[in-house]
Amino acid sequence: MSAILPPSQRIWWKQPIDKVEIVWIVIAFVWCMIMFFMMPYWHVYGKQNLSPETYRVKPELFAKAAQAMVDKYKVREETDAKIPVVAPPAGSDVYLIGRLWDWWPILELEKGKTYRLHLTSMDYQHGFSLQPENINIQVLPGYQHVVTITPNRSGTYAIVCNEFCGIGHHKMVSRLYVK
Amino acid sequence: MATAEFRICPRTGLQFHKSAEPLIKLNAVAAVVALLVGGVLALLITLTRWQAVHLIDADNFYLILTAHGLDMLVIWIIFFEVAILYFCSSTLLRCRLATPRLAWLSFALMVIGTITFNVAIFTGKATVMMTSYVPLPAHPTFYLGLILFAVGALVACFIFLGTLVVARAEKTYEGSIPLVTFGALTAAIIAIFTIASGAIILIPTFLWSVGYISHIDPAMYRVIWWAFGHSSQQINVSAHVAVWYAIAAIVFGAKPMSERVSRTAFFLYICFLQLASAHHILADPAVGTEWKVFNTSYAMYLAVLASMIHGLTVPGAIEIAQREKGFTKGMFEWVRKAPWGNPVFSGMFISLMGFGFLGGISGVMMGTEQLNMLIHNTIYVPGHFHATVVIGTTLAFMSLTYFLLPVLFNREMILQGWAKWQPYIFGLGMGVFCLAMMGAGTVGVPRRHWDITFAGAALPYEYPGTALLMLAICGVSGVIAIVGGAMYIVITVGTLLFGKRLDVGAYTTTISPLRLPVQAALTGHGGHGGGGFAAPGTFVFAMVFLTAFVLYYFVNWKYLSTVWPLK
Repeated sequence: MSAILPPSQRIWWKQPIDKVEIVWIVIAFVWCMIMFFMMPYWHVYGKQNLSPETYRVKPELFAKAAQAMVDKYKVREETDAKIPVVAPPAGSDVYLIGRLWDWWPILELEKGKTYRLHLTSMDYQHGFSLQPENINIQVLPGYQHVVTITPNRSGTYAIVCNEFCGIGHHKMVSRLYVK
Repeated sequence: MATAEFRICPRTGLQFHKSAEPLIKLNAVAAVVALLVGGVLALLITLTRWQAVHLIDADNFYLILTAHGLDMLVIWIIFFEVAILYFCSSTLLRCRLATPRLAWLSFALMVIGTITFNVAIFTGKATVMMTSYVPLPAHPTFYLGLILFAVGALVACFIFLGTLVVARAEKTYEGSIPLVTFGALTAAIIAIFTIASGAIILIPTFLWSVGYISHIDPAMYRVIWWAFGHSSQQINVSAHVAVWYAIAAIVFGAKPMSERVSRTAFFLYICFLQLASAHHILADPAVGTEWKVFNTSYAMYLAVLASMIHGLTVPGAIEIAQREKGFTKGMFEWVRKAPWGNPVFSGMFISLMGFGFLGGISGVMMGTEQLNMLIHNTIYVPGHFHATVVIGTTLAFMSLTYFLLPVLFNREMILQGWAKWQPYIFGLGMGVFCLAMMGAGTVGVPRRHWDITFAGAALPYEYPGTALLMLAICGVSGVIAIVGGAMYIVITVGTLLFGKRLDVGAYTTTISPLRLPVQAALTGHGGHGGGGFAAPGTFVFAMVFLTAFVLYYFVNWKYLSTVWPLK
């Protein structure tokens, strides 16, 4: 029972190490280095990297910017709640608000075009989860996160909230269209 | 304190000091009570997320999920870890516990804290999930309860350190502390860091909840909270790896392959594991890319390296011990002839496999900066940590319990036939459960979500059929695992109440310093291996593990490369 007893050799740090351990440590270390390398590599050559571009923002100011975008580019309304559907031009700044318990407004984007998507929360923390694409981003109140996106497939997408935000959390789901 | 009294266990020769013994027992019992509560809640949760059953309503679901997270991840595990800390110091080093009165105070604080925040949760005042992300508010008593518990646990850590000092001063052992105690020391050091981080964030949050502070920054909260929330799971890793070494020693008489390698690996945990908590922030705004990459690659991978080392050296030590007993045929006779009917061993081995293959690989995938976007806040995340904490930590602790029942509690285990099967039912049920959760997460099912059919929502989304199938598999396998957990509780509680009393052994006041006969390790590894390796079978397992790891890792990069470009 020696792992539960003091080492039998007082100078245990000078005991030889078996080849099996050394070989495994080298292999494991090389693998760890490959995994380390993959992240910077993807920043250079990969196309899916989360932007760190963030600004502090007051909810009222963000809401104002979102409202201005809606006023300018609204194409129609959906559901009984008359949620505006907005089709902003390619390359523009688009605003998406997370709040208890919906995403506002509905965006209609064009396939292959690039947009600067601004995300924030008006109240608690929310989780932006684009389905079925499965891109998931944390949304914090007080922070405006700018992510540049390029939809590469057309279709009807859902934005699910995947951060618990109170009792209506499971009803917080909206749409996003790509034409 | 010179008239110390020790009880010598007649079955193992272990010596329990009378100041430590009742505290080890009480902390272990408190842990099992928490496991019972958490297990009942687990049943309700798993039967609700199984959409076809959908057992409880939304309010109660979120409430119960909050309680389940804390009672399992924090209360069950930390109470048991305190028992392990006292055992690894006082019992393994054969010395008195430092400041036993403070240890009672620590226990009382932990119990009071647990009751306080549970009352807040169950009266509906703190449905905020385990993470209690600001600005989602909870009642002040919720934070207060957590703080009291944490202070109690912190006191226990310092008592452990004090006991190490006592043992050294009173020369109760020669040379260095045992490897298992070294593992416990690693856990204690990480625990102190963890609890300090918890205090740094929870005390201001408590003050915010009573109105003394106007604003807690949500990004700052997340960074510091995870230094508490994830690091607490690193305490578990260190503790259960120490338990693996202990069980290998107890069941097989296995020596560590190399003290130097195993201790260095524990040391890597101390240096790097905590920084890995940064991987919870990978999909967040407000922190830079370099910060994310540094903390999750350089830092975390050195901790991953440490786990990969333990993953080789624990079964390697068993292989060498088995080969020395004559099980030398081929690569794997030592595995085939292992005592698979002994739950102390089988539980530990399933714990090791589940932790490595399911928990370890998924954890590294999740902790990769870009790949994290694919699974952040999906049910993949609980899939991962049920593999690490439930199969890894909980099952390791269960195995240790089967050893402790006769040794510490002096009772003959009841229902030994059940105990033989318990690790398999629990471990395999949980294994399927974790895989199904990860499968559901891969198709985007969110965690902490009452209804993924979005009934009543204005613009519902229909998840692919796979998602519902995966949640149904979760339901079935979750119930199987809970049956396994219930068996454990019936066996342990039943043994304490009805098990045949065993000879408690002699009491003594004198102790001889601990040491092992020196010749034991001189021959190196016994020379029974093959291919120039002391443990060739283990090496084959390790290569299978590595292959699975590499394949799964790159499959996820492939998956990532197909989603919308973003930068």
